[in-house]
Amino acid sequence: MYPARFDYVAPRSLEDAVEALAGGGDDAKVLAGGQSLIPLMKLRFAEPSLLVDINRIPGLDGIAEDGGRLRIGALVRHNDVVGSRLVADRLPVMAAAAPLISDPLVRNLGTVCGSLCHADPAGDWGSVMLALGAEVVARSPSGERTIPVSELLVDTFTTSLAPDEIVTEVRVPLPQRRSGGHYLKLERKVGDFATVGVAVQLELDDGRIGRAGIALTAVGPRNVTATEAERVLAGAEPGPDAFAEAGRLAADAAEPVDDVRGSARYKRAVVQTFVERALTRAHEIAGGSR
Amino acid sequence: MEVNVTVNGAQHRVDVEPRMLLVHMLRDRLRLTGTHVGCDTSGCGACTVLLDGTPVKSCTMLAVQADGRSVTTVEGLARDGQLHPIQEAFKEEHGLQCGFCTPGMMLAAAALLESNPDPGDEDIRWALSGNICRCTGYVNIVKAVRRAAGAMRQTATQAG
Repeated sequence: MYPARFDYVAPRSLEDAVEALAGGGDDAKVLAGGQSLIPLMKLRFAEPSLLVDINRIPGLDGIAEDGGRLRIGALVRHNDVVGSRLVADRLPVMAAAAPLISDPLVRNLGTVCGSLCHADPAGDWGSVMLALGAEVVARSPSGERTIPVSELLVDTFTTSLAPDEIVTEVRVPLPQRRSGGHYLKLERKVGDFATVGVAVQLELDDGRIGRAGIALTAVGPRNVTATEAERVLAGAEPGPDAFAEAGRLAADAAEPVDDVRGSARYKRAVVQTFVERALTRAHEIAGGSR
Repeated sequence: MEVNVTVNGAQHRVDVEPRMLLVHMLRDRLRLTGTHVGCDTSGCGACTVLLDGTPVKSCTMLAVQADGRSVTTVEGLARDGQLHPIQEAFKEEHGLQCGFCTPGMMLAAAALLESNPDPGDEDIRWALSGNICRCTGYVNIVKAVRRAAGAMRQTATQAG
């Protein structure tokens, strides 16, 4: 199964890549890990006229702490996140999600930023980054801008990126207070898309909940932020009652549909249970139950 | 476009269209047909090869992306007419029936044993979870990888 014909360039610098992408018009695409784009091209769901392969550009493959945030470059693979001590220590929600993405072979090539740009509502990173309040950095010939992930993810396979923009990194704010996070995913088998996924991030402030981030995978046209659930948790006393209430509100926020993976009603029930469970775990990780 | 790639230790220069997938270059141009095309939709792992030592799906990568890199296929496992310990173990433990998934299984196993010489059953199952077998039920595959690990550790001890 071959993709349709396309032109291909593999620039050695970000500047050259930005120029090439801009020169390629609206049908040019960036190739990073290729684990979503190449299957789509093989199925002819995507037929880009030009691929700008950014894999040869140095300096995009780092995970680094910088001024209170974690910077994850455009070539950081899912498996790099699995192996990152920095991530394990500081952002357990990322550490929990990374090994659940697709399968080990895909994790070796697929990238965090690419997954966000693909904007599949069943993508795990979208929910994780929404829960964390992350933003991406996009570069184009007219300069650089940051886009909150909440504004990046517009609709199924649709982002707010302009055709000439390349995402160079995602920036995750590092919690300054006691915090914990968790990701839970229900899948039929390894490598299948999520039936339901749930990302939560809890930051504690003097025994109460400071900020709560909750986002849902595969239950809407994009990754869904459970805004009401986040709102009732902020300032609340952490514990079973608050977590159960958040689970109910998150289930209300979900917009699942009936499909081969389950009925909408079933998926909503899973959201409720998973949010409650993930919050309980996040609270434990934050040291709140000691 | 010209691709310069090392496959199983040998240098090759191949002229390909950008849209040629790595698996097709290996099979159709280099005649290394041990790498199989299974699902063709990135779901089965039959096409697994090692790219600079890392297992990847060669049906989900362009041949041009392999330029300047090193690829190992199943044909690269045996040395000097001697089966690789992983191949030997798959034979001994009957870790295959039809054999279609076997090249991918063995390469994924080779990468695992490179990073973890003494994996438990869970580690093995986790590492092979991107490779689908429709015959064996995996039990003998896991046994084979465990046996290969033991054999390779013993060789390493003797060599050391």
